[in-house]
Order: sequence, then structure tokens, then C-alpha cells
Amino acid sequence: MHGFANPARFLRLARWMMPLLLVSGLLLSMGAVLYGVLVVPPDRLMGETVRILFIHVPAAWLGMAGWSTIAIASLVELVWRHPLAAIAGRAAAVPGAVFTAICLATGSIWARPTWGTWWVWDGRLTSFLILLFLYFGYIALSGAAQRDMAGGGGGNRITAIFGLVGAINIPIINRSVVWWNSLHQPPSITADKSAIDGTFLWPLLIAALGFSLVFGGVVVARMRTLLADIQAEARLRRKAMA
Amino acid sequence: MNTRVSGGIKPKHQRLVLIVIALVALIGAGLLAAYALSNQASYFYVPADLVKNPPEQGRAIRLGGMVEKGSLKTRSDGVTIDFVVGDGKARVPVRFTGITPDLFVEGSGVVAEGRMEKQTFVADNLLAKHDENYVPRQMGDMTPEQAKQVVAETK
Repeated sequence: MHGFANPARFLRLARWMMPLLLVSGLLLSMGAVLYGVLVVPPDRLMGETVRILFIHVPAAWLGMAGWSTIAIASLVELVWRHPLAAIAGRAAAVPGAVFTAICLATGSIWARPTWGTWWVWDGRLTSFLILLFLYFGYIALSGAAQRDMAGGGGGNRITAIFGLVGAINIPIINRSVVWWNSLHQPPSITADKSAIDGTFLWPLLIAALGFSLVFGGVVVARMRTLLADIQAEARLRRKAMA
Repeated sequence: MNTRVSGGIKPKHQRLVLIVIALVALIGAGLLAAYALSNQASYFYVPADLVKNPPEQGRAIRLGGMVEKGSLKTRSDGVTIDFVVGDGKARVPVRFTGITPDLFVEGSGVVAEGRMEKQTFVADNLLAKHDENYVPRQMGDMTPEQAKQVVAETK
């Protein structure tokens, strides 16, 4: 793993990974969402509003996958002190927060005609809103750590601890509809069966794959930017010293 | 970096052990909290809860369950409806005056906000609960066997 300790090796890989991920992801997700909006038949009960599924569910998945990325990066930062770990966690935070916000917004729009309300404080909705606030906290903390690099990287460790502690919310979100009575429906897709008809399921899975590739592309792009920032700052500091 | 570690354990491994212990403690605390919250964090009571532990009359609560088939009746004023919410174990009669959400039909899930008055739950607001099933409209009208056949044919 320490083969990537030298950012130059990562940057060589990132240079062709980034456009590949972004282009394939955009094509897949746009295709699947357009198919979901234009072709898929309306739902038996929900009618046309079922189409929001193709954005809401992939966004929810990436909101949670984003924090899982942060948690893994935090663990690697704390235990192995890998130089790219803090950067990876920081790079995943903003796209994760954006997808979390998209999930909350689309869910709210869907809830108004379906449930008859924009928002309720049930277990699933509340824990997902907390996830958005955790993202805001993480983004602020990692930004402060970045500006305080002279402090010897202690800020990165504080950020990583916050990333790990915040990860406790992920299983809570996942289990919230099982543990507690909630207005949000229980999981439709489990390991052995799907309560979503194939007509809806396939475009949904392709949209989820496409969104994930876009997410990966954005994370790689942000890692490149953050590395370039650090290099530029280091160069300035050397100049100031000389 | 840190050469004072006793027993010759690498600092890397010491950190790993510490973090694993911290994570186990954290997950344990989270599970305990979730377990303790199991009653308070529920969004609604099911009819069986109301029958087992009847709430005070007039206290604002939510009742969730399935609208029993054949129980939905509209009164002569045209806006007041009566129906029965059941969960397979108990049944609670509900009265509601107002506009119902689109998804409110017999046999589907509902969450009613209101209070118990005598043996009837008087609802101020109805929320339709969508279940985990997503079925296209054409197939919704068929029996499950017919739907399965259509799916098999179109594959």
C-alpha cells in the first residue's frame, strides 16, 4: 500500500482514471435517469412520482458510501499515517454531502404527494439529516486542519477521529427502518430478494453504478486538486524562507 | 518516531489495537443507545401497543397500521370517514375529517396523528405509508400469478 506513499505514483494513475470514471459514470447515470423518466411505466400506487426513485436511491447510497470512505480513510490515517489518507477523506466529504443533500431534497419532494407531508421526524429521516450535519462538521474541521499544516498534521488526526466516530451513524441509518416504526418504508432490496419490480430495478441499479462512478471521478479529481494545493503552498513557503 | 514502546510492539500495531478497542467501545455504546431508544424513537404506535398499554385520553399520539379491507365508510357529510386500522393482532377504529392523501386506500398502510377518545382514535391528520413494493401500474391490477406470467413472457 505504501507504494502510493509517493503522490507522484498516485497522480500518474489519477490522470487517466479521472476522465474514465467521470465520462463512463455520466453516460451511465444520464442514460439510466433518462430511461427512468421517459420510458419506465408509472407505479401502481405512486404513479409518475416513482421516477424520483432513480435519483433518490443512488444519492442515498452515495451519501452513506461517502462517509464509509471517510471512515476507512480515517482509520488508515490514524493507524498507518498514510500521506494520501487525509486527502482522500477530505476529497470524499464534499461530494458525499452533496449526494446526501440531493437525497434529502428528492425524498422530501416525493414524500409530499406520496405520504401527504414534506417532512416527518422518523428514525430514517432524522438519522439522514444528522449525516448531512456530520458532513458539514467534517468539511469545516478538515478545512481548518489543512490551513494549519504548520501544526505538524495534528489537525488531520483530529479530523480522522471525527470521521471514525461519525461512522456510528451509518449502521443506525441502515437499521433505522427495522429497529423503529417509521414512516419511511423498510428496505426494498435485500441480499436474497427485491420487492422492486424488474422494470424499475434494472434502471435503478445502472443509475446507482453510474452515480458511483461519477462519485469516484469527483473524489480523484478533488484529490489531485488538494495535492496540487499542498505542493503550491510548500513551494511558496520554501520561497519565503529563502 | 516513538521508540519508547515497551515489549517491542511497533507503534503502528499499538495504534491499530487502540483504535480497534475504541471502535468496539463506540459500537457497543451505539447499540446500547439504539436498544434503549427502541420505544422512544418509534414514529408511531401499532394497534397492539394501544390495546396493551392504553394511552391517556386526549394525549397526542400517532397510530400506524393497515387500513382494513371493507372497513372504510364515508359519513353523510361527505368529508368525515370511518375506518379500522389493524396490525394482525389488534384493531382500532379511526375517525377522520378532511382530505385524504392519494395513496390512502383500503389494504394499504397509514399513519394517523390524533388522540384516543373513548375507544375511537380521532385523527387530525393522515399520512399514507408506502410499503417496500414497487410495481408498474399495468401489473398492479393483475393477480400475482398473472403478473409472474407476464414477466416470464417479456423476459
